[in-house]
Amino acid sequence: MEASQFKSDQYVRFCPGCGDHAICMALQKAMAQIGIPPHQVAVISGIGCSSRMPHYLNTYGFNTIHGRGGAIATGVKTSHPELTVWQMSGDGDCLAIGGNHFIHEIRRNVDLNVCMFNNRIYGLTKGQYSPTSAKGFVSKSSPFGTVERPFIPGQLILGAGGTFFARTLDVDMPTTVDCLVAAQQHKGCSIVECLVNCVIFNNGTHQWIADREQRAEHSIVLRHGEKMIFGADKDKGLAVEIDPVTFVPKMIVVAADDPRVLTHDATQPDPTLHRLLALMGQDRFIEVQNSDSQNAPDDLPVALGVIRSVEADTYDQAVSRQIAEVRTRAKARNFDELVESLESWTL
Amino acid sequence: MKNIVVRFCGDSGDGMQLTGSLFSSLSAILGHEISTLPDFPAEIRAPQGTLGGVSGFQVELGSEVYTPGDKADVIVAMNAAALKVCTLGSHFNHPQAHFDEQFALYHRHAVVIVDTDSLTAKDLEKAQYHTDNPFVELGIPESVQIVPVALTTLTKEALKDSGMDNKSMLKSRNMFALGLVCWLFDEPMDKAIRLLEEKFVKKPALIAPNTKVLVDGYNYGQNLALNITQIHLDSRPNEAHGRYTSIAGNKATAWGLIAAAEKAGKHLFLGSYPITPATDILHELAARKDMNVMAVQAEDEIAGVCTAIGAAFAGDLACTTTSGPGLSLKSEAIGLAVMAELPLVIVDVQRGGPSTGLPTKTEQTDLLQAMYGRNGECPAVVLAASSSANCFDFAYEACRIALENMTPVILLTDTYLANGTALWRIPKLADLPEIHPQSVPEELRGKYNPALRDERGVRYWAFPGMEGYEHRNIGLERDAQRGTISTNPENHEIMVRARQQKIAQIADRIPELKVIHPTAERSDSVSGLTSNSETVLVGWGSTEGHLHAAANELGCDLAQFNYICPLPKNTHEVLSRYRRIIVCELNTGQFAAYLRSQVPDVKIEQYNEIQGQPFAVERIVNFVKSK
Repeated sequence: MEASQFKSDQYVRFCPGCGDHAICMALQKAMAQIGIPPHQVAVISGIGCSSRMPHYLNTYGFNTIHGRGGAIATGVKTSHPELTVWQMSGDGDCLAIGGNHFIHEIRRNVDLNVCMFNNRIYGLTKGQYSPTSAKGFVSKSSPFGTVERPFIPGQLILGAGGTFFARTLDVDMPTTVDCLVAAQQHKGCSIVECLVNCVIFNNGTHQWIADREQRAEHSIVLRHGEKMIFGADKDKGLAVEIDPVTFVPKMIVVAADDPRVLTHDATQPDPTLHRLLALMGQDRFIEVQNSDSQNAPDDLPVALGVIRSVEADTYDQAVSRQIAEVRTRAKARNFDELVESLESWTL
Repeated sequence: MKNIVVRFCGDSGDGMQLTGSLFSSLSAILGHEISTLPDFPAEIRAPQGTLGGVSGFQVELGSEVYTPGDKADVIVAMNAAALKVCTLGSHFNHPQAHFDEQFALYHRHAVVIVDTDSLTAKDLEKAQYHTDNPFVELGIPESVQIVPVALTTLTKEALKDSGMDNKSMLKSRNMFALGLVCWLFDEPMDKAIRLLEEKFVKKPALIAPNTKVLVDGYNYGQNLALNITQIHLDSRPNEAHGRYTSIAGNKATAWGLIAAAEKAGKHLFLGSYPITPATDILHELAARKDMNVMAVQAEDEIAGVCTAIGAAFAGDLACTTTSGPGLSLKSEAIGLAVMAELPLVIVDVQRGGPSTGLPTKTEQTDLLQAMYGRNGECPAVVLAASSSANCFDFAYEACRIALENMTPVILLTDTYLANGTALWRIPKLADLPEIHPQSVPEELRGKYNPALRDERGVRYWAFPGMEGYEHRNIGLERDAQRGTISTNPENHEIMVRARQQKIAQIADRIPELKVIHPTAERSDSVSGLTSNSETVLVGWGSTEGHLHAAANELGCDLAQFNYICPLPKNTHEVLSRYRRIIVCELNTGQFAAYLRSQVPDVKIEQYNEIQGQPFAVERIVNFVKSK
């Protein structure tokens, strides 16, 4: 199929330069590559810039209310497991107002593909800090800087028992398409954290890795079964070091030819290593870096690509399966048979 | 005797609800009409033997049974605390309170069966008595017939060879009481034993000991010829011929949803979060996987309605069930369903509010929340069931209206209907009204958008999986022609009016308001009243039984509303026939206020009670006569 088959007739109204444009195009490409016809695809969103996405996709779409996309998508997928269901959401929609639905769709492992657009700012309400804004971040609603710790989405997702977590970057189209396709192929709740730039209210938030010059040094695209090697010259590798006293494991950068360089296994059920990978390069997003900062950020690369993809039973399948099982041994299967079974008498 | 009211009361661990419901079912099987009122504390287990832990179950049986009765003719009090609560009613906490017929839960000539083994000094202390003679202390008049029975001793005696431990034996005390009451009403034991066996089908070890105690209780009454005469009810129900069962309102609601889904050819989806007193609907539907029901216990109230909205978007008959606090949480999402014009059934089993309020008590205080509790101009259909049995009909009707008109429908029931049981004539699916979901016609394939309406103004329903109808639905305002996002000022007004008109036209497809006239033999007993054609009691929802009984006594008419929004088309015409219109409701006047806005030229009086209890017929009658 062609990407154009997934383009709706609506004029795309993201701000010029917004990272959402790129994800929109990547979605159309990925959907074409996946090849499921538009009428079997439902795209559900909440509220926010990214939640406008359904309007630009020529599938079934439902742009709902703030934070509730996850619950509504759960209803669509559970009632109709044969459909392919996407959820479009942002860092506010998913992690603040919709936080409860978000952790529960992950816990239940509903077979959804969730794009969580993370620009670390509230764009549609014109520039307030979000749950992923670094501590100390100055915004219209935090003129003296925030005093609260942010979420690291990957950590939250793995903590909720996530079976799939990928991270991509608006300016890296091939990785984005790969992540979206992988999310669809994974059966279960697949979360793709899309790092997007808000050109108006938080320009350059991902500059650390978005910048062409720096990207190869500051990020690594993980691929299942491949060695964790990065750098402009592919000269660096990632390894795990365990502190001999505390036994706390941490990621370290070693030479690419070091025998300790890890091979990525996204399918490992134990999430320990996936968590370490998800946390790499995140401390600069925990606290605003300035001269007062007590801890300098690490030099670990931000992990992109599919970090975790493990098999587990999905909620939607389990619900339907249980109904089918009960029905095979049920005495009554319709209303008249049901009332027939009642203790009754005739007047 | 024609009708009789029995109240079982004891500690919340004494099995009073089970005893009461077994007795009610037995009475119904024997051909009596029944109406029941379970009345229990919010605590699962308050401290044993205390006043706060008293749990009651009241049933009226006979013919022309409209309510569970104002006051009991027969009381079974399992302990000292129950005796006190029944005798003093709502005044049980007042020091020095005495029997006062106004507050007592039984009549001056009632029979009170009391467990004398549960009146020890320790029991009396727990129930806050100050003397060692509870009967004197409570001032129970001599006209009340006290029947002391050593229930605990007799139960232990019955089970002495069972090998059961003391604690397990004591759990069967309620069956001894039930056996005794069955003897009192001359009800045959074989049917009672069969009911008991059904009740304990999953715990077969309990059948034999409980049956033994039940029969011993019966024989105790028979052999010892207790100093009371047996009560023979000669009633025959007025109900139409057919197969009957007894059903609680919540179960009837669940089954109405099941029947509607099958009739409409739709898959039934429930998204719900546990909340008293609505949870039994979730329980029932979760157990009905044999009926292909998909019941999701969501992470919160909002997710309950939102998963349902997702299922509606995907083409299912979608429902959510809740009580008042949950309806508050669902408000925004119901607004989405109004805006997206999706069929959705919301069942609100009302309880005492506001906030957490009185979770196990009944009230009609969510009416205006259901009508108006959303942002924007946000009309939805509001219905109210008026008996435990017709919860089935109105759950079914809510589904029919939702599917045929692409709108959320809020069905109001309440604690009284939900937990109470009534005789239900078992329908056949074929006899139920047809349901025609507003499916999109084939000729719109490739040309569909979500704003396209039929001549009634109802938009067409297309959902994922249907090729050629792909569209984007929204909670944002949409263009009246193209269905896409629109912020155009004139368009907004067109759309606001289109949504209102869609609800208004439903009045063409619902029954007209029917006035209930008083039964002939009672109407002439009225004296000192305006002639009966000049006065009408007006109610809505669950008060129908009490208002019907009151109207009979008063010889006036009754107009009971089940359709709240839209109102029946003849509402104004009916009400304007009367000189006195008295709107009676269990709130401070919500329906009265609504009626005044809808039929402004009629003069409306109000009668209101807000005590977490159903009406007492006597109080309504006294109010009407006093004015």
